[in-house]
Amino acid sequence: MKATEIAEKVSSGEMSARSVVEHHIETINKIESDVNAFNLVTAEQALIDADEIDSKIASGETLGPLAGVPISIKDNLCTRGVETTCSSKILEGWKPPYNATVIEKLREAGAVIMGKTNLDEFAMGSSTENSAFGPTRNPHNLELVPGGSSGGSAAAVAAGFSPLALGSDTGGSIRQPAALCGVVGVKPTYGRVSRYGLVAFASSLDQVGPFANTVSDAALTLEVISGHDPRDSTSIPEKPLEILEVLNQGVDGMRIGVIEELSGKGLEGISPDVSSRVEEAVKVFSNAGATVESASVPASIYGLSAYYVIAPAEASSNLARYDGIRFGPRTEEATTAETMTATRTKGFGDEVKRRIMLGTYALSAGYYDAYYGKSQRVRTLIMNDFAKAYEKFDILISPTAPTTAFPLGDKTADPMQMYLQDVCTIPSNLAGHPAMSVPFGFGEDGMPVGIQILAPAMAEREMFQAAKVLESESGKDIE
Amino acid sequence: MVQRISREEVAHVARLAQLALSEDELDSFTSQLAAVLDHAADLEALNVDDVEPSTHPFPLKNILRSDEPSEGFEIEEVLEVAPEVEEGQFRVPPILGESS
Repeated sequence: MKATEIAEKVSSGEMSARSVVEHHIETINKIESDVNAFNLVTAEQALIDADEIDSKIASGETLGPLAGVPISIKDNLCTRGVETTCSSKILEGWKPPYNATVIEKLREAGAVIMGKTNLDEFAMGSSTENSAFGPTRNPHNLELVPGGSSGGSAAAVAAGFSPLALGSDTGGSIRQPAALCGVVGVKPTYGRVSRYGLVAFASSLDQVGPFANTVSDAALTLEVISGHDPRDSTSIPEKPLEILEVLNQGVDGMRIGVIEELSGKGLEGISPDVSSRVEEAVKVFSNAGATVESASVPASIYGLSAYYVIAPAEASSNLARYDGIRFGPRTEEATTAETMTATRTKGFGDEVKRRIMLGTYALSAGYYDAYYGKSQRVRTLIMNDFAKAYEKFDILISPTAPTTAFPLGDKTADPMQMYLQDVCTIPSNLAGHPAMSVPFGFGEDGMPVGIQILAPAMAEREMFQAAKVLESESGKDIE
Repeated sequence: MVQRISREEVAHVARLAQLALSEDELDSFTSQLAAVLDHAADLEALNVDDVEPSTHPFPLKNILRSDEPSEGFEIEEVLEVAPEVEEGQFRVPPILGESS
């Protein structure tokens, strides 16, 4: 059932929050052992929270827009008193003394948290195989990956464990798993959603966003979690978004550009399945009254290279705090320095070590200008090219990922092959722009394909209007 | 072909990042990091000397909160999740390398 429908029925007393939560716990009990979407299921607390909502309704209180709606939370968002691990041994057992701002906002809106979802360790990866607690599997085919890093959140929504989930997106970590699992995933404008309580990976790129089965549910969730937060100095001083009021306005007269560097022949390694769905999406938009033309964002092809310098550089600094002194497990040695090294060596997985070292190298004397300095200039180029493209177009589209879901173990030995999964999603993070993935049919392998819709900074409303058009044509929305 | 990063350099950055690597790990990390840096080599051909670097999507300015006391975390709550605690403080092993 849709989140909007659940909230309506719970608020009107037609359905109890308890029955909704019980239903989802049943689904989790049935198939979670196959999917492994969660690091922790908080079923007991969810039932307590549901009962509280039901008693509020019984006493005539008005509840928020997500009353009784189950939601799953990526395990890199801090939940007070509830283990938050980032799927890393270095945080195993750590219970944050505070809630992320988005958690506070969700609870205020009446949402019920079902548990903490699996991810690639510290959100570094594109398959959720880099988790210290075992991989998540794609609910559409358990032999395949769900994408990543927010693979647990995407799988939880696809498997029916909760109609909503939160993830974080640094280079595509919401959109790519959304595409591979056939759900909607949104990376809002940088600063649109508070990052307070999101465990930092690459601070100039990280952004929290929703997963949902439908575009309107994703819009509602984003409305709830967006808005200025004095606790995050990068938070944009704007009121929460209002998307639902314009959601059905269509794309008549809209100018839509297909990014030629990131689709069709322009993109190396793109699967024919994905290409043909993009062509199909173009037809849908044209039929709905939009002008659709080819668009060029020339510097976007350098996004991947720039990202894999900038993100590790920021990560190497952000992850310096994990040293076994103030929180998390400690591997004690004779001196503090040895304790720190032993704790980090034992606590971090290989991909995290790779990125920390890559970042440390890129920032080190003698290499700073060649790698980090250059990448920051390329970041400006990408922003400039987007700005030029948006003079001619209202929104842009591309595939979300170059392929559909791939088998577990397929890319783990070759990090560079894994990184290529993010080639279409990274440019939006570098520019700070909003972008989302909308499920749009299936490839010949029967696996979902996602179309990425990109918009200029702050233009989430137009982005969602286009997403809604695409969704209605793919027959997914049951309104 | 000379690799973009040497085994010695990887050992050096591992030390800077406080990571201990085995001999085998040094080998595999060296070739994996070299592959990523090889990919990043496509940036070398770009002339971006007259382009300003961007550290963030938007220009940031320092934001200060008003200088009023507000409640922070309870000390007990923070220490409860610390690995080693003594007399209300984080306990660490000797810092200067002498064992006590």
